[in-house]
Formats: sequence, C-alpha cells, structure tokens
Amino acid sequence: MTARGWMAAIVLLAAPPASAERIVVQSTTSTAHSGLYDHVLPRFERATGIDVAVVAVGTGQAIRNARNCDGDVLIVHAEAEEEAFVAAGYGIERHDLMANDFVLIGPAADPAGVAGLPIADAMTRIAEARAVFVSRGDDSGTHRAERRLWARAGVDAAAASGAWYRESGSGMGATLNVAVGMDGYALTDRATWATFANRGDHAIVVQGDPSLFNQYGIVAVSPQVCPDGNADDAATFVEWMLGLDGQAAIGSYVVEGQVLFHPNGQADAMPMRSRPTR
Amino acid sequence: MGDLSAAFALALDLVLSGDPALWEVVALSLRVSLTATALACLFGIPIGAALAVGRFPGRGAVLVLVNACMGLPPVVVGLLVYLHLSRAGPLGFLGLLYTPTAMIAAQCILIAPIVIALSRQVLEDLHAEYDAQFRSLGLGRAAVVWALIVDGRHALATVALAGFGRAVAEVGAVMIVGGNIDHLTRVMTTAIALETSRGELALALALGVVLMALALGVNAAAQGARLAGARHAAV
Amino acid sequence: MRPSEGAIPLLQARALRLERGAAVPVNGVDLTLPGGGVTALMGPNGAGKSMLLHLLHGLIPPTDGHVLWRGRPLDRLGRRAQAMVFQSPVLLRRSVAANVDFALRSRGVRDAGLRDGLLERVGLAGLGRRPARALSGGEAQRLALARALAVAPDLLLLDEATGRLDPASVAMIEAVLIAERAQGTTILMVTHDVAQARRLADSIVVMDAGRIVGDGPARRFLDAGPRAVPPPETGMRRR
Repeated sequence: MTARGWMAAIVLLAAPPASAERIVVQSTTSTAHSGLYDHVLPRFERATGIDVAVVAVGTGQAIRNARNCDGDVLIVHAEAEEEAFVAAGYGIERHDLMANDFVLIGPAADPAGVAGLPIADAMTRIAEARAVFVSRGDDSGTHRAERRLWARAGVDAAAASGAWYRESGSGMGATLNVAVGMDGYALTDRATWATFANRGDHAIVVQGDPSLFNQYGIVAVSPQVCPDGNADDAATFVEWMLGLDGQAAIGSYVVEGQVLFHPNGQADAMPMRSRPTR
Repeated sequence: MGDLSAAFALALDLVLSGDPALWEVVALSLRVSLTATALACLFGIPIGAALAVGRFPGRGAVLVLVNACMGLPPVVVGLLVYLHLSRAGPLGFLGLLYTPTAMIAAQCILIAPIVIALSRQVLEDLHAEYDAQFRSLGLGRAAVVWALIVDGRHALATVALAGFGRAVAEVGAVMIVGGNIDHLTRVMTTAIALETSRGELALALALGVVLMALALGVNAAAQGARLAGARHAAV
Repeated sequence: MRPSEGAIPLLQARALRLERGAAVPVNGVDLTLPGGGVTALMGPNGAGKSMLLHLLHGLIPPTDGHVLWRGRPLDRLGRRAQAMVFQSPVLLRRSVAANVDFALRSRGVRDAGLRDGLLERVGLAGLGRRPARALSGGEAQRLALARALAVAPDLLLLDEATGRLDPASVAMIEAVLIAERAQGTTILMVTHDVAQARRLADSIVVMDAGRIVGDGPARRFLDAGPRAVPPPETGMRRR
C-alpha cells in the first residue's frame, strides 16, 4: 500500500461509524453488572429499533455525566439527588422505576455477631467491635444509603476511616472483592450480591429491614438544557420502561430463583413528551 | 494455583468455542489500539525525528516535558479527553464521547509521548552516526529526517510496539471516554475490569490470558514482517 | 592543465585555525588548490591532516580563518560541489544500490543506469541488492567511493580511504581515482602510503603539528625516495 493508502486506511478506522439512532443511559454499576440491561434492553430495541448504550458508573458520577449532557436518560438510586437534578432543570421529571433492597454481607464467622439484627443495631455493633467494614467511598447511591444508615445508628464511621472503616473508592464489585479479601462487612444491593461470583465464605447477615429499601428512579434529560441530545428517543425509552412491557421485562429478570428488581413504576405517571423545536 | 490453571483452561475454551462476543471485543481492542498506535506514529515519529535533529532554544525543556509525559496516568488522559468531548466541553458538538473514535483519541494522546521520546532517542543515536555523511552530501533538514526514519525503521517498529503495548493494556482512559458499552465500546481491558467487578475472577483472568496472547500475536507478526523484510533486502 | 594565473582557485584556505580545548590540531594553514590534479596530504599521525580535510569540506567550523570555494566563503552549496570519502565509511542500512540512489537523489537524479554504471566502476556490479552493511571493508569503501562520485563532485576529498583495505580494493580505488582525475575532478587525499602518493599524486602537501611544513610537485618529494617525507621530529621548513 502507498503512504497515502495507509493514511486513508487509518483515517477510515479512526472515523466514527455512521451511527444508527441511539440513546445513552447513564446508570449504576449495580443495574448494569447484575445483567438487568442485557435482559431488558434487547426487548426494547426489538420493539422500537432504538439502540441503547449503557454507561455504568456510580450514581454520583452518572448524575455529573448527565449534567454535562453526556447521557439522554438517568437510571440511578438516590432520590434526593434525582429530584435536585430535575429541580435544577437538567431533567424533565423523575419517576420511580423499580426497587430492591440493600443487604449487609459479612464473613461466615460473623465476628461482630450481627446476624439477624435490625440494621441500625448491626451497624452499631460493628462499630463497637471495630470489625472491618468496607465502604464504597465513591459518592455512589449505595454509599449515600450507607452513610444514611451510619447516621441513623449514631456512628461517625468516617472518623474511623483507615482503621476498621475502609473506603475502597471503587465500584460495588470491586468493593465486594475487597470485603471478601479482608474478611470484612459491606453494604451492597441485593442484585449485585446475587450475581457476584467471588463470594468466598461471605453471606448475607442482615436483610429485610425497612430502612434497607433501595428505590431506583428514571429521569429523561431535558432537551432545553441539552439540545444536542436524543430527547425523542429518550422519551420513548422512559415511556416503555414505565409501561407494561418494560415493567414486565424488569420483573421477569430472575437469578437463582429470585427477582432482582421489583418493578414499581407508576403507569399513570407517564412522562410528558417534550419535543425540541425543529 | 487452581485459579490460574482454571483461567488458562477457560481462556482456551473461550478461544476455541469461537464465542462471537469475545471476538467482537478482541476485534475492537485491536482496531482501537492499532489505529491509535498508527496515528501516534504518524505524528510522533516525525516530531521525535525533528527533536533528534533540531537544535533550538528550549529543546532541553521540551525533552524533559515529553519524557515526563511518558508517565501520564491513563485515567488522567481519559479525563482530559472526556472534558473535551463531553457535550458540555469544547468539542462536544462532535458527538464523539462513548465511541471508538474517542477511545482512539485518548490512547493516541496517551502513547504519543512514548513514541516521540523513544523515537527521538533512537534517531538521535542514528543521527550521531550519520551526521557527517549527511552534511557531506549537503542534505536539507527534511531529507535528513526522512532518511533517519527510513534507516531507523526496525528500531522504530519496536517503538511502535511499545506504544501499542501500552495502548492495548490500559483500561483507565478507554473506560472513561468509551464507557465500556456492550457491542459498542467494550474492549479487552474494560471487559476484564467488568468481570473482576462481577467477581468472575477466573473469567477475568481468562480474558487477560487472551489479551496477552493478542499482544504476543501482534509482536510476533511484527517480528515476522521484519525478518521477511530483512530476507528481502538480503536477496 | 593548470588554470592561468588570473583564474580564481577552486579552493583556498586562509590562516585556518582550529582549537579543541587546549589542543590546536590546525594551526594557521594557508593552502590553495588551483583546480585539477591529485594532491596528496601527508604527514605523521596527529599532524592535523584529517581535521584540515573536515575544515576544507565545511564539516566543522574553524576557530579562526576561512575557506574560500571558487573565491567565495564556503557554504552548503559549495559543499554540495564537493564529496568526501571518510576513513571508515558510514553506509545507510539499505541495499548497496539504495546507497548510491540516495546520493543521486540528493542531487535530484533518479537513474538506475547511472547507478549501475557507478557500481560497475568500483567493481560492485551485481551486488546491488545486497545489504550495504553486509559488505566487506574493501567493498564498503568502494561503495562509499561510488556514492561520492554519484554527486559528480568538482573536488573529491579522501581521508585515508584506502588505509586498511585489501590490495585488490586499493588497486580498484586507485584506478577509479586516476580515471576521475583524467576527467578533470580535483582530488585531495590524505595518505600515509608513499608508494600510493607516487602512483597518484601530482603534488604533495606535508603537515606536521597543525602546520603545513612543505608542499610542491610530487616528483620533487618522491624522486628522492621515502626519506623525503620528513619524520615528525625534523619537520620541514616552509618555502
């Protein structure tokens, strides 16, 4: 090949593909890594012909990316931040999408003796026993939920950071790997734990407490703020996810006999279609 | 170690089963990293050659800067590229974030300092050898640079391989600007990171084995091309 | 053969001086090459012969004095009218033919016939596709000579070009030099070989300790036998 031929080939390889219509969903690692989207999205894509690209990061990062208009839809689990996102004009409207619950996992030996306790008591006991607890430490939805639980238990866990309280600063799976490696406790959403393969001798020690409820919300990014986004297809996606087909798809994702995400979108709260003027 | 042998077995199984998902990821890894390497060489080698031949005020400072940039953390490069390609960033209108093009750009920036610094070193040594002869021939600057690149081609191929090795092995930059989107921007390293965070350590390690085989294959191909070239020149 | 008195000399050195640290390898050299013929630059090791050749070719700037090419200060254009064969040839990492092509192309010439003719003149016909770096010492130096001739120089400088070569290569190079001389190329060669000087040189310049200590027609130095080239300790007065 001539030098010019090589150059042309390189430019061709580097050029972006003539892309079909697609939307970018900024979402959490828990939803993506548990395989939910692999189960749900093909149905949506078949029904509508719209491609969906999921970027899986922590809730905090997902919201920041969406604020930069680098996503068309947000699916995260931190209701207060989602409402703030909408209030600031970045999102059109927030809807409940689905829910599951957080669980406290720990080593089989349960050194702090927390098995079966209410979550507040369990966390107090972990702090008293100075048992290793591995936190996400990454401003994710799970991290926020965990901090709320510490506050409710009256424990200043952050003060023990580096001692028994270890902040991994990484995603859910990486944090679980650390917890397993350190024989520590960790708070995780049920879906990630159910699909996590490297459990070692760790198991769920606390679950079912009402304050462990984990609500996921869905927000379409506002075309007023992000005119370059794909608002039409985003609205279609949100409608579908909250509608019968989407909710059924979410509810039918079963791993090891358990439903990982319980659909609780309100069918009567359909999003307003907001069309950019063309 | 049980995990390791399990990983090798799994890697072999993955490769032999011809899993289309695996080949998709492998092909994208190759496409992104080879293109990034080619682009980095296209710009980096002439710049390195110019630095090898040229003498100008501030050259020392430029060399120090380029050498320091060889140690750029991929995550930092990823963030820089993200901030530019984000819709909120200056190049957001291009709509390149979360595309292979963005990943190519990030890896290209990541390895360009390596290509520039190493080719500068290689060509400066060569230039020291050729300098008197080239000046005797009365060559101009551009002719000298081109002759050095042609004659340093074998060493420069090694430079390119070093750049490719760094590109294909990095995860931080492509994770941020590519987003690890299935069927679109998922490459070997981000797939490994994903499987690790799923706790699928054996699968992650198996993918690592495949990645190493890939790097080995590219290096072997380069070596083969070099030997064939040498044989051709010897005929 | 010699140009008339009024003609501008091909090359002139005026009060040429080169300092390298405390050493002064070239210490006030005046030299004129009117043009034409073979001049042998002789003298003991360390006399500054090679340095003088580099200065005359413009490869290193003199500390003091200057070099005139056809009456004007030597620049890159002047250097392109000269060619130099170094003591150890520096060949490109390419084929034998490509090495000659490279020199031809530096003068804007693409001519395979011309290249093959040059290779044939130095006895390398048929070796064109060999890697240049795989040649023997004698072959390499003959290739370097072919490359020098490729630029069709007015002045050919040789820095002990045959010093360490096999007799066959030396004979081949000498034959080429005689032919070049006949075509009007001016040749300035550093050599230690008195017999070679006798075979080739029209005039002799003798250097010692950075200075020219004698010059004149070759016959005058060489008919008296090898002793006419003075050993370093005696030196020789400039006329």
